[in-house]
Amino acid sequence: MKKAFWLAGATILALAQPALAGDTIKIGFVSTFSGPTAVIGNDMRNSFELALDHLGRKMGGKPVEVLYEDDGQKPDVGKQKTEKLIQSDKVDFIVGYIWSNVLLASLKTAVDSKTFLITSNAGPSQLAGELCSPYVFSTSWQNDQTPQAVGTYMNQKGVKSVFLIGPNYAAGKDMLAGVKSTFKGQVVGEEYTVWPSQLDFSAELTKAKNSKAESIFVFYPGAAGVQFLNQYAQAGLKGQIPLYTAFTIDELSLPLQKENAIGVPGAQQWVNDLPFPENKKFVEDYRKKYTGLRPTFYGAQSYDAANLINSAVVAVKGDTSKKDEMKAEMEKANFKSVRGPFKYGNNHIPIQNFYLQDVVKDADGQLSLKTVATIVKDDQDRFHDKCPMKK
Amino acid sequence: MLVLVEQSLNGLQFGLLLFLLAAGLTLVFGIMDFVNLAHGSLYMMGAYFAATFVAWTNSFVLGILLALGATLLLGIALEFIALRHLYGRDHLDQVLATFGLILFFNDAVRLIWGPAGLSLPLPAWLTVPVQIVPGVFYPAYRLSIIVVALAVAALLYIVVMRTRIGMLIRAGASNREMIGALGINIKLLFTLVFGLGAALAGLAGLMQAPILTVQIGMGENILILAFVIIVIGGIGSIRGAFMAAIFVGMIDTLGRAFLPDLLRTVLSSAAASTAAPALSSMLIYLLMAIVLVVRPEGLFPAAKR
Repeated sequence: MKKAFWLAGATILALAQPALAGDTIKIGFVSTFSGPTAVIGNDMRNSFELALDHLGRKMGGKPVEVLYEDDGQKPDVGKQKTEKLIQSDKVDFIVGYIWSNVLLASLKTAVDSKTFLITSNAGPSQLAGELCSPYVFSTSWQNDQTPQAVGTYMNQKGVKSVFLIGPNYAAGKDMLAGVKSTFKGQVVGEEYTVWPSQLDFSAELTKAKNSKAESIFVFYPGAAGVQFLNQYAQAGLKGQIPLYTAFTIDELSLPLQKENAIGVPGAQQWVNDLPFPENKKFVEDYRKKYTGLRPTFYGAQSYDAANLINSAVVAVKGDTSKKDEMKAEMEKANFKSVRGPFKYGNNHIPIQNFYLQDVVKDADGQLSLKTVATIVKDDQDRFHDKCPMKK
Repeated sequence: MLVLVEQSLNGLQFGLLLFLLAAGLTLVFGIMDFVNLAHGSLYMMGAYFAATFVAWTNSFVLGILLALGATLLLGIALEFIALRHLYGRDHLDQVLATFGLILFFNDAVRLIWGPAGLSLPLPAWLTVPVQIVPGVFYPAYRLSIIVVALAVAALLYIVVMRTRIGMLIRAGASNREMIGALGINIKLLFTLVFGLGAALAGLAGLMQAPILTVQIGMGENILILAFVIIVIGGIGSIRGAFMAAIFVGMIDTLGRAFLPDLLRTVLSSAAASTAAPALSSMLIYLLMAIVLVVRPEGLFPAAKR
């Protein structure tokens, strides 16, 4: 018995022994891998793994080790996992974060430890403004940017009034504020729903219908987007009050939304058909490696995150202790992004184009997303002035 | 005024759906003295069965009937294989075992149907809005949920109050040992009650499926509401579950519908729109707390033991 105890103790010690610094590039990846939104986390992981395959699973000549951690879509869990990755696994980079509230909870741990954090989705306004950090980069966007583009598109269409519906958390508030900042018509109502537990939107749809608004704008990522479109169609609002969306229709929700998604416009900085060679390679190889699946913008951003990290590691020839040099390299955005070339603003948020996307039947007879037009070019988020970092 | 009618219908529909879930839970808890956390899993299974069978048979009605039967059988099998060994045990053991079942069902679903979830499309005749009073259109499907749930409630009332089986169920709720001593096959009765509860949960799940998506863990959030309802209504009381479910449905929906505007009269618009959803989801638990203080046995308790 006693012997077994010693043995167990020795094993634990051996396991806890930190890997000798410098022999591998260690990356922590925090995303949602359980619960109803696990499909998003899986897509991010798939794309990140594909990027590593394309890089030969090496960066700057050193093998890459990725530790995936599940945040369960909960801010407190995300924070714990971030602490674990930084404090006990001592990762060189930490990537991922779907949810703005999870990222905001985890941010301080990463920044205080001067570990590079690459957010490959969440873009809370605070991060672009007062909470910006030299150690944090985004390969996505600031939350307000995409709905701002939708607002601009609604102006182009001559929409006079809108009713806004979104979830009551950090990103939901940013999204609705984003539309309001560009939409020139009247905002007749604004509703927030309990996130992520509320899945029935009957009360909100009834209010929108009775508000006599000319249009509805929603932000519902993941399965909630499927539920919203279902209920919107069942209430007979399709064809009555046009719907505009941000992050509500993507390649994961589309197979469930089906016909309900046709004719519902959205904006995005990446669409699967963008005509860049890197993008073609990404989309084709993804569909080859993961049969039956299609990459989403979540995946595209994670693919970019791997390449951004690679650019920094290559620049210092694998010596990840040279943080200032890595930071300077990443600020150049010196890699082939699948969304096409972009620049970083002073707050490390991309300055990039936003496209209008629509749902069409593709060559295989399957519903897919298609770029229709460029809504805004080289758009910079509206919080960068609040960030104390200067270029 | 018309908005109030429509929002009340929303509340009624949500409440009736909760009733279906709570009725099974309260029967099992009240009569068998068994805490079943896996009730939400049966709700989820009902939805998955429905999505599968509707896709197989290409008929909405046929698929749903098959799914209902399948959930009933699953409930009976579950009781027979696993749960009947736990009746004599402590409540904590039951909670642990049925919590394990939640994990089991979630992973079984992940293995069989994959992690992405399914959709259950409605036939065209259920997707059109119906005019109920001049000027008020209401989704046909939500209306049909109200009709089906009311019919089930009436049927349940007749079965429990007017039939021999119902008499045994009520007797079991008041004194289990005594009806066992009178020569009633209590084991069979329990299996039957559990199967009935499972079918009701499955019905709630499959009716909710076209409105929401069919996904892993869909029964977990709503199960909390079902427990709140049986506490408010009185454990073991079908009538209590019915009244409490409608209360909870109404409070939840009307709170969401009118609280933001009410709050906007006293708070700034931004603060009100943030506070309202939080506050309206709290109202239900507030009601439960008040009921527990004023009438700990619930509003409509079952007959005393």
